[in-house]
Order: sequence, then C-alpha cells, then structure tokens
Amino acid sequence: MNNMTSPKSVLNTSQLSVYYGSFLALKNVDMAIQANEVTALIGPSGCGKSTLLRCFNRMNDLIPDAVVEGKVLFNGKDLYGSEINPTEIRSRIGMVFQKPNPFPKSIFDNVAFGLKVNGYTGKMDEAVEWALRQAALWDEVSDRLKKSALTLSGGQQQRLCIARAIAVQPEVILMDEPASALDPIATLAIEELIRELKQLYTIVIVTHNMQQAARVADKTAFLMVDDARGGYLVEYDATSKIFTNPSDSRTEAYITGRFS
Amino acid sequence: MKIRESFPERAENPISGTIVKYLFFLCVLISLLTTAGILYSLLSQAIGFFFEVPLIDFLTGTRWAPILKPQAYGVLPLVCGTLLVAAIAAVVALPVGLATAIFLSEYAPDKIRRILKPLLEILAGVPTVVYGYFALTFVTPQLQKLVPDMLVFNALSAGLVMGIMIIPMVSSLSEDAMLAVPRSLRYAAYALGSTRLEVSLKVVVPAALSGIIASFIIAVSRAIGETMLVTLAAGATPRMTFNVFDSIQTMTAYIVQLSLGEAPHGSLEYNTIFAVGLLLFVMTLIMNVIGHLVVRRWREVY
Ligand SMILES: Nc1ncnc2c1ncn2[C@@H]1O[C@H](COP(=O)(O)OP(=O)(O)O)[C@@H](O)[C@H]1O
Ligand SMILES: [Mg+2]
Repeated sequence: MNNMTSPKSVLNTSQLSVYYGSFLALKNVDMAIQANEVTALIGPSGCGKSTLLRCFNRMNDLIPDAVVEGKVLFNGKDLYGSEINPTEIRSRIGMVFQKPNPFPKSIFDNVAFGLKVNGYTGKMDEAVEWALRQAALWDEVSDRLKKSALTLSGGQQQRLCIARAIAVQPEVILMDEPASALDPIATLAIEELIRELKQLYTIVIVTHNMQQAARVADKTAFLMVDDARGGYLVEYDATSKIFTNPSDSRTEAYITGRFS
Repeated sequence: MKIRESFPERAENPISGTIVKYLFFLCVLISLLTTAGILYSLLSQAIGFFFEVPLIDFLTGTRWAPILKPQAYGVLPLVCGTLLVAAIAAVVALPVGLATAIFLSEYAPDKIRRILKPLLEILAGVPTVVYGYFALTFVTPQLQKLVPDMLVFNALSAGLVMGIMIIPMVSSLSEDAMLAVPRSLRYAAYALGSTRLEVSLKVVVPAALSGIIASFIIAVSRAIGETMLVTLAAGATPRMTFNVFDSIQTMTAYIVQLSLGEAPHGSLEYNTIFAVGLLLFVMTLIMNVIGHLVVRRWREVY
C-alpha cells in the first residue's frame, strides 16, 4: 500500500469513496494497481467490488445518482480531472462484464465495434483476427465470423467479449466476475486466458471464487462491508501472502470460510 | 400444521373449463368475423362496379370523374393524392418521431421523461378534426406567406400536420422497443469508448429495429387511412400531381364526399366507394405484409 509513487503502478486510488444517493457504498479506499499484473478483488456480496471496479473506467458516471469522492490516478493523471474525456478513457481501460453481453450482431461486427467507434483506420480483418487469436477464440470461430454472436456457447461468448475489449488495445482490462456465469471447463479456459493476457495488459478482476483469485492473481485485495461504514478495503497484498499468512484476522476468517 | 389437508378438492370441472375456452375463442371470433364482414361487404358491392368498369381501367386510368360527364373511373389520381400526403407525413414523422424516441429513451433524465410522455399522449389524443382545422386555418395561411400562389386546400399543409399528428405513434412505439433493449448492451458499448450518440445509433436502434419499423408501418398506414384531416385541408380535386402546393383528393376524402352526396344507392357512382375502399384495404394489407417481411429480415434478436 506504500507503492503509490512506484513508477510501475497504473492505477492509484486515494481516499476513494462512492455514494449512491446518500448511501455510502465504498469508503476511503487506498490502493495501487501494478502494470502487467493481475489484481483480484475479493470479498462478500455488496462490499463494493463492482463499485470500485467501475471507478477505474468511469462507468459510475452512467449511474445517475452515483457520486465519486477522493482520487484515482491513471498513469499519474487525475482520472476525474476536468480535462479527462471519460469516453476516451473507456477505450484505454476496457471492461468485461459478469454476464456475457455480446451485441446481437455477427461475431466479426462484435469485435470490430470498438475499432469502428474509435475510428480505426487500419485493416479491419487483420485487427479482428488478431483480437480473436488473443482471446483464444479464433480457431473456433474463424469459419463463421458472419454468424450471429448469439449462436456461440456462454463460454465462447465471454471470450468474444474479451476479444472485443482487447481489440482496441486498452492498457487495462477490468473484469467483473467474468466466469461466474460459466461452467467449470469454460471457467478454466477464461483463467488460462487471463494468465496469457497479463503479459500485455494490466488486469483487475473481481471474483467471488477464492480459488480463482489464488490461481490467477498476483495481488489480492480483500474488501468487507458493515452497516455502519459501507464497503472498505481490509487488506491488499501479494496473493500468496493473503492466502497463506494474512495480516488481518478478518481476512483470515474470510478465506478460511468462517464467514462469507 | 397440516397445510396440505386443508386444501379443497381441485379437480377441474370439465364443463366450466370448456365453456371458458369457448368464451375466449368467441372474443377472438368477434374481430375475425368483423374483418371478414368488412371484406365481404366491400367485395360484394365492388364486384358490381367491376362488371361495368374493367379492373385494369380502374387501376391504370389517370382521370377520376365519376359524377361529372364525361365520366372516368381511373383511380390513380386518388392513389396519387393519398400517397403524396402520406409521404409528406412520413418525411416529417419518421425522423422526428425516431429522434423523439431516442431522446426519451437514451438522453432524457427520468424527470423530463415523466413530463414529456404525457404531453405526447395529449398530442396523440387530439381529435383529427381539430388537426384538420389547424392545417386549414393556421398552417396554410402561414405557408401562403412563403408561397403566395399556394392554394387554400393543398397537400402540403395536410401532410405536414398529419406528420405531426402521427409523431407520437412513431415515438411511443419506437421508445417501447428501445427501452426493451437490455442495459447490458449499452454498458458493453460505453465500455468500448462509445459516445451516447454511438450507443443510441449503433446499438440501441439496430437492436430495436423491428419495433421501430413496425412503428413506422403502423404510422404510415394510419396516414393512408386518415380521413378527416385530409377532407378538411387537402381539397376535393382528384389530380395526378406531385406538386405539394396543389389541391388534391385522397381516397378517403373521396369516400366521404360521395357518401355525403346524392348518388343513389346501387348506382355505379355509389359503388365507386366500395371499389376505392377495397383498394385502400388492399394497400394497407400490402404495407403490413411488407412490414412483416422487413422486420423478419432486419431483426436483431437479443
Ligand atoms: N446502481 C446502484 N444504485 C444504488 N445502490 C447500488 C448500485 N449499485 C450497487 N449498489 C449498492 O452498493 C453496494 C455495493 O454494491 P456492489 O459494488 O455491486 O458490490 P459487490 O460487487 O461487491 O457485490 C451494495 O449495497 C449495492 O446494493
Ligand atoms: Mg458485483
């Protein structure tokens, strides 16, 4: 938590709080996300994991009564500064959602969508193929790019959503429980993919599944919630440390399943 | 607690079950039979007409003068008038209605939406005769300031006001279709760096396209069938023209004119209204079939 000034940190929050109307959902979070690492956010339902994730690409702006207080720095620049264009930020910090949400368009058009809205001038075919290969989906769909994305299985749809996010080559990919709607085999495919992708991207993943955090994440943040103070960050450290030797007794209680 | 034991016997009474089923079916029959009845009355009386005026002459003739001698029964001037007014109305209502729907569903905060929607419904509820007088006594004089030799009765005023009249139909049906598009698709597009306009035009509108096209078709069918407004404001001069400043006559306005006149029942003049009515029926039917085909072709299922 003291690496705020480390040159490698891509996202830094300080005293970050989020309100929905008058409801305090997240309070005073300080954390730094390191480049080319996978950072997992774990904690019980309602502790503000998704809320925190949405602060990183300004998706909370789309929720009418959400108010973000405190600071988020992206590569050292104030993400909520007046000169920042949230639309542009979202093409540099991509997001994958809990439930696969491909557009009701062809597989090709799904991947090309972000390229088009960002005004990509290169060869569309090549970029789409590149993204689908990166998402380990190319071999399964190369012969049916014009088919509707909705003909794919759930796991394939989620990898398509990852391909769609990768296509615009963001620096950071935010994933909100990306495998929670998938069967175990599809889940393993996604985890494998995440390990591959961290070579090129910085990944922040929310997960409900502690084994998953242990399998994919370099760093893990544990959040909790109680009625009096909303969601807050309890402990943030190397994943191995969190899972074998946490410094906070509440973290230990959570990972050993003594409460959820 | 013995809950299950205090349930009464629930064997379905076979007789009442059957009665209910037929009662529902009877309700379905009412509209089916009415449609069949309309078709029968149109057909049976139009047939007499077509014995005397060949169908081909009716459909291709360019002069419509069923009362004045020498008589002519070419329906094209009426069709032309109808389509001219409907086209003007469509040019106004489709873009404005769709833009209204996009504003309501994608841009307006809840508060504004709650004020605007009832206002639009009021617009939809205004009697058509009021729109007719509005076209005749307000819009036409205003337009005449710009185009001095425009006639008092003209296609343009009627078409413009008809367009305004059907905007709520386009906007409210399109908005329903757009609100039904899952939020998750909008979030997906925003998360890729789309602007609100891109989300609206590239995700929401395509996903709602079948509903939007259906709204267009219902609105244009309404414009083709609308009677009072055009009777009051568009004139009673069957004319093959695309000049929007001219007085014209639509099919519906002709039917009103003749029904109010003195043509004796059963006469050839009188039967023209069934021939024209039948054609109107077929035109709206074709519109609907085209609509269904277009919707099936373009639909994005989500
Ligand atoms: N759009 C919203 N409006 C109001 N309250 C919300 C909204 N989204 C989340 N919340 C509330 O904020 C708290 C944190 O939610 P969330 O970030 O989704 O938690 P998590 O992802 O950890 O389950 C919860 O109490 C939730 O009910
Ligand atoms: Mg969540």
